[in-house]
Amino acid sequence: MGKSESLKRQDELKGIGCARKRKEDPRFIQGKGLYVDDVKLPGMLAGAIVRSPYAHARITSINKEKALAMPGVHAVITAEDLKPLGLHWMPTLAGDSQAVLADEKVCFQEQEVAMVIADDRYIAADGVELVEVEYEMLTPVVNPQQAMDEDAPIIREDLVGKDEAGQGKRKHNNHIFTWEVGDKEATDRVFSDAEVTVREEILNPRVHPSPLETCGCVASFDKVKGEMTVYITSQAPHVVRTVVTLLSNIPENKVRVISPDIGGGFGNKVGIYPGYVVSMVASIVLGVPVKWIENRIENLSTTAFARDYHGIGELAADSQGRIKALRFSALADHGAFNSHAQPTKWPAGFFNICTGSYDIPVAYARVDGVYTNKAPGGVAYRCSFRVTEAVYLIERMIDVLAQKLNIDKAEIRRRNFIREDQFPYQSALGWEFDSGNYLPALEKVLEACDYEGLRREQAEKRANGELMGIGLATFTEIVGAGPSKNCDILGVGMFDSCEIRVHPTGSAIARMGTITQGQGHATTYAQIVATELGLPSEEIEVEEGDTDTAPYGLGTYGSRSTPVAGAATALAARSIRAKAQKIAAHLLEVSPDDLEWDVDRFQVKGNPEAVKTMKEIAWAAYNDVPEGMEMGLETVNYYDPPNFTFPFGIYLCVVDIDRKTGVTSIRRFYALDDCGTRINPMIIDGQIHGGLNEAFAVAMGQLISFDEQGNLQGNTFMDYFIPTFMETPHWETDYTVTPSPHHPIGAKGVAESPHVGGIPCFSNAIIDAFAHKGITHIDMPHTAYNVWKTIHSLGLDK
Amino acid sequence: MSKIQVSFKLNGKDVDVLVEPRDLLIHVLREQLQSTGSHIGCETSHCGACTVDIDGESIKSCTVLAVQAQGAELITVEGLAQNGELHPLQQAFMDEHGLQCGFCTPGMLVRGYRFLQENPDPSEDEIRYAMAGNLCRCTGYQNIIKSIQKAAVDMKTANATSAE
Ligand code: FES
Ligand code: FES
Repeated sequence: MGKSESLKRQDELKGIGCARKRKEDPRFIQGKGLYVDDVKLPGMLAGAIVRSPYAHARITSINKEKALAMPGVHAVITAEDLKPLGLHWMPTLAGDSQAVLADEKVCFQEQEVAMVIADDRYIAADGVELVEVEYEMLTPVVNPQQAMDEDAPIIREDLVGKDEAGQGKRKHNNHIFTWEVGDKEATDRVFSDAEVTVREEILNPRVHPSPLETCGCVASFDKVKGEMTVYITSQAPHVVRTVVTLLSNIPENKVRVISPDIGGGFGNKVGIYPGYVVSMVASIVLGVPVKWIENRIENLSTTAFARDYHGIGELAADSQGRIKALRFSALADHGAFNSHAQPTKWPAGFFNICTGSYDIPVAYARVDGVYTNKAPGGVAYRCSFRVTEAVYLIERMIDVLAQKLNIDKAEIRRRNFIREDQFPYQSALGWEFDSGNYLPALEKVLEACDYEGLRREQAEKRANGELMGIGLATFTEIVGAGPSKNCDILGVGMFDSCEIRVHPTGSAIARMGTITQGQGHATTYAQIVATELGLPSEEIEVEEGDTDTAPYGLGTYGSRSTPVAGAATALAARSIRAKAQKIAAHLLEVSPDDLEWDVDRFQVKGNPEAVKTMKEIAWAAYNDVPEGMEMGLETVNYYDPPNFTFPFGIYLCVVDIDRKTGVTSIRRFYALDDCGTRINPMIIDGQIHGGLNEAFAVAMGQLISFDEQGNLQGNTFMDYFIPTFMETPHWETDYTVTPSPHHPIGAKGVAESPHVGGIPCFSNAIIDAFAHKGITHIDMPHTAYNVWKTIHSLGLDK
Repeated sequence: MSKIQVSFKLNGKDVDVLVEPRDLLIHVLREQLQSTGSHIGCETSHCGACTVDIDGESIKSCTVLAVQAQGAELITVEGLAQNGELHPLQQAFMDEHGLQCGFCTPGMLVRGYRFLQENPDPSEDEIRYAMAGNLCRCTGYQNIIKSIQKAAVDMKTANATSAE
């Protein structure tokens, strides 16, 4: 049997590298998905939340009478009702606590004050109108800089006198933590002696991930069995289960959390929200299932904003543009409670990835978290924890440096890249970059886009008074959280898991600790199993999201599914294959060492006729195994990664700007991504398109803004920018492959790179259009109005 | 509130349902008629996840009252496949990876289904314009456009073959 025959068999498996069609699509295209709001249980009631109209106020009274008198209303739950259960406050993933329902005061607009439980959503909404809450207004703190003023109003009275809020020492009533990394003294020294330094204040404004499906749950407590079942929009169902047990004292074996189909997550569905907790309490109290689904206004106002990082970037360099030191700091506005979604010990996430793709000898970074009277959150909106903020800073600052020295923006990157022979690379801020090969990728993009030609065209346009910008971003991400030595959530290490069972007739099921929200897990994990086990991916079922059946895992966010659970999948499959090898040897009456693996079978070395296929072995595993071996063919792997993975990308954006109106038009966006081994190219492209579109949204229009009273200015899709078909640019994708040396199949994770790298690329393009006028930075979002303001201030609209 | 009887055709079948005057069509479809394919993404007629076809027009069912459907012919995503065969647009969404989380997909399909009847041979710009009332957070739209283009070609080929 020849090589071509092997290759043919390999193709038929539709394993790693195959653009196979998605397994999950048939149900979605026929309207047969099962999202949380589709769950309907007998006797189910609906919950709706009474929310605060004020950003900062004391609650002087709550009167439920009128609401309770309304036919169809079953209960009105307030903090007073939760107190006896100890559930009026809950711990956050960041070591702080958060009011489940406002306890005597409200700290942000739309904060949860009470929940009305009624027959259906209409009556519940009517009931909300009838709950009478009296407030006494307090002065709100909206601006994070002012939060640290000597006489700033105290937001968190519950923390007065406490010198920490779960993340180390704090030094002011509105201060949460200071997080520092790097060698400050050495960095300061380089700065004082440097030939050139640049400094820029750079904002990552408050935005919201807004997946198309909002958050919600159906909680169902079975009094007889003492069991709590919760259908929930969660990116981390196992973590939810553990938290439910810790909060409620219902034993973990009596709690079942099910994340069914999830309508997009993007970090919005990592946290545990008050609505979930109150629904569970309501179900326990009332003895019937309770559904709570937030509406879009509630989603944009309260569940998990992202960013709000007020950064200062500084670089020191020589006159040739070689960076000698980096000094970054940020003021992080966490809102009223620190419910930042993060590995517990990382208050600023992985902000120390801020040295980027560049070989920077010494660096220092510092982040201070503060409370304000705004909604809590700080989630990783389609990125690993605080990686967008970090990458934005470095990718902006290297452009600022290039402009100062009048060096081309591609050339300055060439001069600073970590070289291929430096990997694994120890960064000045503590990471070990696993692999990378930046320079050839950059050259590939520059050539594909005719970068020189674009610069020539830009020069001509500038001579004619036209505005054209070319943006580059050459970024490195850090994903796959994470090694349990670095990362845990509330003490649980951030491993992930896969359990594989091969059935007697050779089909299989893989159960995972992660949960897909559109990434196509049912398709791609099966491909890994197919290649590793030699069974067709079409015959491999993937199941996730039900804590009763799936092995424990930390969930899907921070691009951790492929790096962590994907590795668990490969290793679980390999251990099954090792057992299969012994069974094959037994069947062929040879020693296991005499066998070699060939796509989907073991064959006796030097005797291609003597073979046992995986299917044959699967059958034998249930009736004819070597003496002393257990029957069956299944295993579970809990994978604790030795390191993170470091995918990278080279992006180029060309923008034309109308100098009368400020209207921008993205002429070209070219994205080269290197995510290591590529499991399904079709899905990768789709992930990149989607991530780029979310980057476009953030860079060009998204903003959650407040007036001085803490009133949210715009919390519907009327005001909050979601790009439509019309604004969204056309995407071009490309790739190189630099496998991760420590990942079993060399894969790194991809879905967040386009968001992380896309945002600075758009910004760099917009700012580059004004570079010849001395502009070094403009804050996002680059709406037509904001761009016009720059144009107007420069007198270019004349 | 006294209830009103509303009768309409849903995916070819006659239905009668008792509704309150204020009930929105999307809620009646999802909660009373168990037709949960159409989704709710905003309830303010911005996202299009709730799009259904009413008497040959694409309508956001979160912004019409159920009583307005009296006597109408409704098509939802559940009614696109005929006799167990996927509509070419459904097939094309699968072939071109036109969906990820699937939450916008029913609205996209129902709108695309009508649009391809209005314009069987659309350009990319025409697709972008005609579909702009439907938001997607996952796909970046490009593969949805490809899906619609593919369906247009497939439907033309199928028509040509059946006309022969
Ligand atoms: S739910 Fe109807 S348009 Fe969004
Ligand atoms: S596929 Fe998720 S919103 Fe469109």
